[in-house]
Amino acid sequence: MNHIISVMVENKSGVLAKIAALFSRRGFNIESLAVGTTDDEKVSRITIVVNSDESSIEQITKQLHKLINVIKIQKLLPEHSVQRELVLIKVNTENKSRAEILEIGNIFRANVVDVTKGTIMLELTGNSSKISAFEELLKPYGILEFVRTGMIACSRGKKY
Amino acid sequence: MSKISGSKMLLKCLREEGVEYIFGYPGGKVIPIYDAIYDEKKIKHILVRHEQCAAHAADGYARATGRTGVCMATSGPGGTNLITGIANAYMDSIPIVAITGQVSTGEIGTDSFQEADITGITSPITKHNYLVKNVRDLPATVKEAFYIASTGRPGPVLIDIPIDVQNALIDENTKAEINLPGYKPTIKGHLKQIKEAALKIYNSSRPVIFSGGGVVSSGAHKELTEFARLSRIPVLTSLLGKGSFPENDELSLMMAGMHGTKFANLALTETTLIIGIGVRFDDRVTGKLSEFAKNAEIIHIDIDPAEIGKNVKVKIPIVGDAKNVLSDLIKEYRIIRDEKGDAPRQEWIDIIRKWKEDYPVSYFTDTDSLKPGYIIEKLHEIVKDNAIICTEVGQNQMWAAQFFKCSRPRTFISSGGLGTMGYGFPSSIGAQFGCPDKLVFDIAGDGSIQMVSHEFATAVVNKLPIKIILLNNGNLGMVKQWQELFYNKRYSETLVRDCVDFVKLVEAYGGVGIRVKKKEDVEKAIKEAINIKNLVLIDFHIDPDENVFPMVAPGAPISEMMVLGKEKK
Ligand SMILES: Cc1ncc(C[n+]2csc(CCOP(=O)(O)OP(=O)(O)O)c2C)c(N)n1
Repeated sequence: MNHIISVMVENKSGVLAKIAALFSRRGFNIESLAVGTTDDEKVSRITIVVNSDESSIEQITKQLHKLINVIKIQKLLPEHSVQRELVLIKVNTENKSRAEILEIGNIFRANVVDVTKGTIMLELTGNSSKISAFEELLKPYGILEFVRTGMIACSRGKKY
Repeated sequence: MSKISGSKMLLKCLREEGVEYIFGYPGGKVIPIYDAIYDEKKIKHILVRHEQCAAHAADGYARATGRTGVCMATSGPGGTNLITGIANAYMDSIPIVAITGQVSTGEIGTDSFQEADITGITSPITKHNYLVKNVRDLPATVKEAFYIASTGRPGPVLIDIPIDVQNALIDENTKAEINLPGYKPTIKGHLKQIKEAALKIYNSSRPVIFSGGGVVSSGAHKELTEFARLSRIPVLTSLLGKGSFPENDELSLMMAGMHGTKFANLALTETTLIIGIGVRFDDRVTGKLSEFAKNAEIIHIDIDPAEIGKNVKVKIPIVGDAKNVLSDLIKEYRIIRDEKGDAPRQEWIDIIRKWKEDYPVSYFTDTDSLKPGYIIEKLHEIVKDNAIICTEVGQNQMWAAQFFKCSRPRTFISSGGLGTMGYGFPSSIGAQFGCPDKLVFDIAGDGSIQMVSHEFATAVVNKLPIKIILLNNGNLGMVKQWQELFYNKRYSETLVRDCVDFVKLVEAYGGVGIRVKKKEDVEKAIKEAINIKNLVLIDFHIDPDENVFPMVAPGAPISEMMVLGKEKK
């Protein structure tokens, strides 16, 4: 099962490497990873998606807590949080397919961010399943490049 | 405002931390620090002969004194030579601070001469590490490093200092402030959990206490002893727990596990409640996990929440410092006992007494060959509680653990988690510096001692009267034992039968060597050695075929023990 953990860390060099190394050393696979600063410049927030069972996820959070630069860890439940990924997809339009692709884009509320003679680039945000569905629909036209960020997530409501 | 170099600042910070000794070895990228050491009056630098031993000596110093040990090495090979020592301290949660030189900040990442990414390399074997890129961060870094190493679950911390930072100038009075927003070890246990635990313990018919290195490191041995006697619960320990409870006490079951006593392992199998304190339920103790303590519930007290539930299922977890939690537990238990009277434990204690009578730790006495068990018993008889015993790794270590009955904490020093051959002698150097008035022994094997015999020089030069009890069997005994029992006696590369004359070897360094081949000479030799104020090695030619029993085969449940004389021949 996929678990989302949000890790607040001190914004110092080497911290991300320590976190990544901890995952590999303890035998956990990272499904996705997103790192960025927060409103506090001294703090970065790392959102990690891990596929594992309940007891392993507990062990990995405890081990993460032991890293000195880790300030706070939050486990985010899908039903109590908003999750987003961002994707840029460059699709082939050589077969006069641009109109159809634009229509699919419209349905998904994707933005067109670049158009050239034989290509179109779309930008889409959403949760994993929306992005995967979008990808499936565009596949037949020929995806030239596909870039997807790691998931970021935020708990709903006041609870922090 | 007067300015000093980073190197001078480093020493100033170390003095402020109360550092007495730095175990180290110089090199190109630490020359500025060594230049500052040249004028240093307070801290003494001890030159070892290999950096690994600097880390082990710092570790031995820390185990013997409870204070943080310090070691130092140059960049590149100096740092990489420290690694075994750092990993050893990490596995056993020992507070040391390792300081390494690094190439200048401008050269980092260019594969310049003697550059190694030591913070990268040591990140899985340190509690934390630092690369100091600016001299202004140095004072705070040193302060944080000592704080992190010695608090919570202790462990090694490494500080990597580029040479330009060692030379850079800094205001002498720069304030060092600890700023660790993410580091808050839990010291006090949750009172509700402790109350619940006290009641469960009171109501248990066959409880045992399983005490580990955490009890020693938190200084909780008094509380443990008080609690065990108050509640009349037998105590067994891990290897690192030796000394946390007096082993001559009627409640002591000594060490459990792979080479533990049969009575400890029987107790662990038959118990209904394990109170684990400062232990991590390591595989060397539990044996086959699925068969471990099947009838028992577990209360686990540990300062590291990640240890709780890692290997075994825990009924009542208590996160906190062992000393703190035990004090509260004593109070809570006493309240229950004062109300209801002593818990009925006599039946359990009688069962255990019977086991202790039926299955003592022993060796064959109907032979002329020199038995290691005999030597260690004699040693114990002579020195009692007044010595620090360090060990190497292998059979020698297990015989030491089985036959030397420890009564005091910090008197049994051994490499547990990493099982590092060559740990014992350098750790005894650290222990002797830390405790100059104590008798310090290294119980050694002929394989292990050869990994570190160059340190005889360090001992002799510094006039350390360490005694090496060399249990010389001519074999890499512990591996040979496994080959004998599980690999059809195919003794691949373990029958060393060395050409080394250990008496001459120690004499070459200016120490004293004594050779003993007969039982009758054991006592005399030990007494003679104690009276020599110099490094002494006693080369005991022991029975080369003696094995360590009892033994639990790897992967077997601990209830299935091979015992002396019953092993497959
Ligand atoms: C550095 C290191 N290398 C290898 C081993 C594997 N090992 C464990 S015990 C042992 C034999 C030790 O021989 P010796 O020091 O003579 O002690 P004995 O078992 O004979 O008492 C070996 C090779 C180890 N523990 N540490």
